[in-house]
Amino acid sequence: MTKLAQWLWALALLGSAWAALTLGALDLPPSCREVLWPLPAYVLVSAGCFALATVGYRVATFHDCEDAARELQSQIQEARADLSRRGMRF
Amino acid sequence: MASKTANRTPPRSRREPEGRFPGPDKYSVLLPTYNERENLPLIVWLLVKSFSESGINYEIIIIDDGSPDGTREVAEQLEKIYGSDKILLRPREKKLGLGTAYIHGMKHATGNYIIIMDADLSHHPKFIPEFIRKQKEGNFDIVSGTRYKGNGGVYGWDLKRKLISRGANFITQILLRPGASDLTGSFRLYRKEVLQKLIEKCVSKGYVFQMEMIVRARQLNYTIGEVPITFVDRVYGESKLGGNEIVSFLKGLLTLFATT
Repeated sequence: MTKLAQWLWALALLGSAWAALTLGALDLPPSCREVLWPLPAYVLVSAGCFALATVGYRVATFHDCEDAARELQSQIQEARADLSRRGMRF
Repeated sequence: MASKTANRTPPRSRREPEGRFPGPDKYSVLLPTYNERENLPLIVWLLVKSFSESGINYEIIIIDDGSPDGTREVAEQLEKIYGSDKILLRPREKKLGLGTAYIHGMKHATGNYIIIMDADLSHHPKFIPEFIRKQKEGNFDIVSGTRYKGNGGVYGWDLKRKLISRGANFITQILLRPGASDLTGSFRLYRKEVLQKLIEKCVSKGYVFQMEMIVRARQLNYTIGEVPITFVDRVYGESKLGGNEIVSFLKGLLTLFATT
């Protein structure tokens, strides 16, 4: 099953469960119905906030490898010197 | 020979090479190049240094796509310096794309493991012994370098670039649940037969090609290990990540989403 198909199945299942319950399949008390009805919207908004927070956190903690850059620079000098000694014409 | 499940671990990694297995492991590095006259000697020098210091049996296969800047001449000098058993020149007439470069390179590879990496010094060969160690530790089919975990990271990216990178990776993880943290990275170690199998199956190009390899690998139940790497981007200043690249990335991602 492709990822798309999995998503569609999951949405169909959850969607029909939600529709059934809000339309009265299980005779839920009105207070439950009141919470259930806007649930998809709440889930969407929460998912959006979670996504933003996660990406924000990951950008903020993205390692800046200054040491690696410095090390590379000095190795480049070393490499050029060694290669010239061995006969490399740049 | 490719281990399909993690259970199938005859303690291959713990046996001496002189045991029943026909000889030590050899690692073939595939270096597709296009206009890398400046960087090629440096990357080769770093590769030779890393391999020699760790006593690893290796070869470097340079696949130049007819670079007009003299990359080929530089490669020939390197072959003279280091020997044609270590530096193999297998050039092509013109720029033909990464997937076919790998196929072409593998035809000439005598190693049982293949390492793919960029030739522009963004990937540092010092991580290769770590890839090898990781591969033996878990008997993995693939070891992928990741910029996003552990003490992996990047140098030379501004906020915008980091945002795009993390954002794209987030969407990819949600949609594809690939089991690897860095999908667009191209610094990887593969068992030779695994790489051959995957290339046969992959149809996309560019960034998406690298992503598709990991996704297909998961489909085929290959095991993937990860090693944090540092990515030193010296090129970003010149080649901005443009709208076109982002669009084609998204198209590729959605295609993988819908077809795998």
